Amino acid sequence: MSLLTVSGSPHVHAQQDVKGIMYDVVIALIPATIIAIYFFGLDSARVIFISIASCLFFEWAIQKYLLKRPNTVTDGSAIVTGILLAFNVPSNLPAYMIIFGALVAIGIAKMSFGGLGKNPFNPALIGRVFLLISFPVQMTTWPVPQPLFGSEIADALSGPTTLGFYREGIMAGKTVSEIITSPDYPGIVKDLTGDQGGSLGEMSAIALLLGAFYLFIKRVISWHIPVSFIGTAFIFAGILWSVNPEGYLDPITSMLAGGLMLGVFFMATDMVTTPMSRKGQIVFGVGAGLLTIIIRNWGAYPEGISFAILIMNAFTPLLNKAFKPKRFGSAELKATAKVKSKSMAYGKA
Amino acid sequence: MKTFKLGGVHPEESKITAEKQIISIPLPQKVSIPLSQSLGAPSNLLVEKGSLVKVGQLIAKGESFISSDVHSSVSGKVMKVEDIVDSTGYRKPAVVIEVEGDEWDGGINKSQDVVTDITLTGEEIIKRIKDCGIVGMGGATFPTHVKMMVPKDKEAEFLIINGVECEPYLTADHRVMVEHGLEVITGIRILMRALNVKRAFIGIENNKPDAIDNLSKLSASYPEIEVIPLKVKYPQGGEKQLIKAITGREVPSGKLPIETGCIVQNVGTALAVYEAVQKNKPLIDRIVTVTGPSLQNAGNFRVRIGTSIEYLVEQAGGLPTDTGKVVGGGPMMGKSLVTLEMPIVKGTSGILILPHQHSRRVPVFNCIRCGRCISACPIGLQPMYLAQLIENEIYDVAEKENIMDCMECGSCHYTCPSGRPILDYVRLGKNKVGNIIRNRVKK
Repeated sequence: MSLLTVSGSPHVHAQQDVKGIMYDVVIALIPATIIAIYFFGLDSARVIFISIASCLFFEWAIQKYLLKRPNTVTDGSAIVTGILLAFNVPSNLPAYMIIFGALVAIGIAKMSFGGLGKNPFNPALIGRVFLLISFPVQMTTWPVPQPLFGSEIADALSGPTTLGFYREGIMAGKTVSEIITSPDYPGIVKDLTGDQGGSLGEMSAIALLLGAFYLFIKRVISWHIPVSFIGTAFIFAGILWSVNPEGYLDPITSMLAGGLMLGVFFMATDMVTTPMSRKGQIVFGVGAGLLTIIIRNWGAYPEGISFAILIMNAFTPLLNKAFKPKRFGSAELKATAKVKSKSMAYGKA
Repeated sequence: MKTFKLGGVHPEESKITAEKQIISIPLPQKVSIPLSQSLGAPSNLLVEKGSLVKVGQLIAKGESFISSDVHSSVSGKVMKVEDIVDSTGYRKPAVVIEVEGDEWDGGINKSQDVVTDITLTGEEIIKRIKDCGIVGMGGATFPTHVKMMVPKDKEAEFLIINGVECEPYLTADHRVMVEHGLEVITGIRILMRALNVKRAFIGIENNKPDAIDNLSKLSASYPEIEVIPLKVKYPQGGEKQLIKAITGREVPSGKLPIETGCIVQNVGTALAVYEAVQKNKPLIDRIVTVTGPSLQNAGNFRVRIGTSIEYLVEQAGGLPTDTGKVVGGGPMMGKSLVTLEMPIVKGTSGILILPHQHSRRVPVFNCIRCGRCISACPIGLQPMYLAQLIENEIYDVAEKENIMDCMECGSCHYTCPSGRPILDYVRLGKNKVGNIIRNRVKK
């Protein structure tokens, strides 16, 4: 008889592994990729390609030459970082900036902490924030969408984003109703479809929601962070709007504009950098939602989602400590709770 | 539909033998009956080399409080008493008997008729259970008579019968409920009389509708017995999870189920109790599921205690050529066996034969802090954190993080997308922390 394998229980394993999760995220990002290529043309394909290729390269090179460890490029996480980084930049960003961003994302934010699972901050967001601070002009000059099959070629060089437009308007002393009736204001429909200026992956709420739906079905993400995040941001924005409708955007536009959908479903749900217990995740979402609206309205940048998520990433270890799961059997009083039974009261006898 | 709330996973059910009727296998040529077949102290040997024994004859007596009697499962001659490797991997003494004929002890009623009239009193019942060597048949093998003795300051309110069988692949309890329903119901009534409880619940997961139907029908005339269908979720067969699912009560950490007024017994135990009390038959055989994806004749078999696993697997079609791993018990909590020469014991609920491709563990990645092990843990622990602590030998913090509460259900390791051996570390940690606690108590 041949030798038997001996190991501790359990002897069966769930199907989903790290690779499966990462490639599911890649699949979920496909609709938004298609929209990006449709509106910004091959330029966005160029950005995505350079970003993925340099992320993979840096991960491979650092593992091989600096850390001298077995290679991990095939686990899919560098591809996810590459796509997300590309999604967070304008489609006309020069190649060297993208490569810089990838080096910071993979080299500093991920590999210097020990690679997948060890990084405290979301690598793609670190890359994005690094680029935003280093190259503020290029990072906020959005090309006007030029649909692949569209007939009219716009001659404007820079297309406005909903949030940028609103922010400039408020700074210039306009009221919200003046801003939203201006012909250049993108508005809700364009926020939904993606026909507007902006970072290349964040424009279409519908495409991102489609991807998020896929992740829900595959159980890669749970509802806790997205719902608490959007819920908090919506309520907070709604309160501001109802107090002063001329000073603040309405909450629905707020939710659809900018990078909120991308951030909520694809970056705030990053398992590595968010709390592990359900309660901790809800607190994380609430905090990120509040910070997003605060930064958007009173911060230095029109969009606050990257900073909001990164700040909450920093709180994650504390949240993990503070919100432990409720332990079975810790509620001593419950030991003699009255038993409810559907078919009979105490004496069917 | 009722279930427990905290944690749990849903592995593929793989109940390929659910429709297979229980078959009694032919007697083997020899049996090896271990002297220690229950939790607690080993039993004292009563026979020696050359002794002639009958089926059901007492061959080892449990003398200490937590221990149980062991009977001969065959008739024949004692060849030797030797140390054999059991499922834990340790060598333990066992009586080897060469089978000659099938002569039963005179006091045992061998007829197949179901006797439903209970004549014994509660005390007599507990004594009979003790004398017949009945232990928990779900796998833990705690002596049943000890479990039935409720401490003076506690009161048993409910008897809960565990027909959950939440382990994938296993169907032994399922078949018992379908084919021996009346015996099980009678066994439950016997247990109720002995415990002096007014209510009994039978918890069955709703992937066994035929068992639910059968026991509901048979218990219709006994209003004090109620079948509770449960939503399929692992580890619902855990005592504490089952009590929670059925009564909503939580057994306090570190305490026994009696704190909640509940006594839990397995359906297999109810059947054994019926046979002991109504037929005077000691625990000499049990129903074992022999199963696996590539096994030819997977099925449920009535097997004499001490039969070698090798012989039993032959009866089920022989060991498939692609065998990679043999598990005693179910795939979630069972032990992988080092050899097939070990015997079936009172606690063997199944033999699972896994092919090569399912016998190796999945590749290990870094922990990605997804928190799935936390969501899966039915005790509300933080398994990956405990594993990390043990990896770094930080035992005092592990103790504070309640590592000893772990029931080793394996949900954490099962669900981990990084394939990390979380439970291996926690098991090691329980061992280390357990030693530390014992040493502290000694001082």
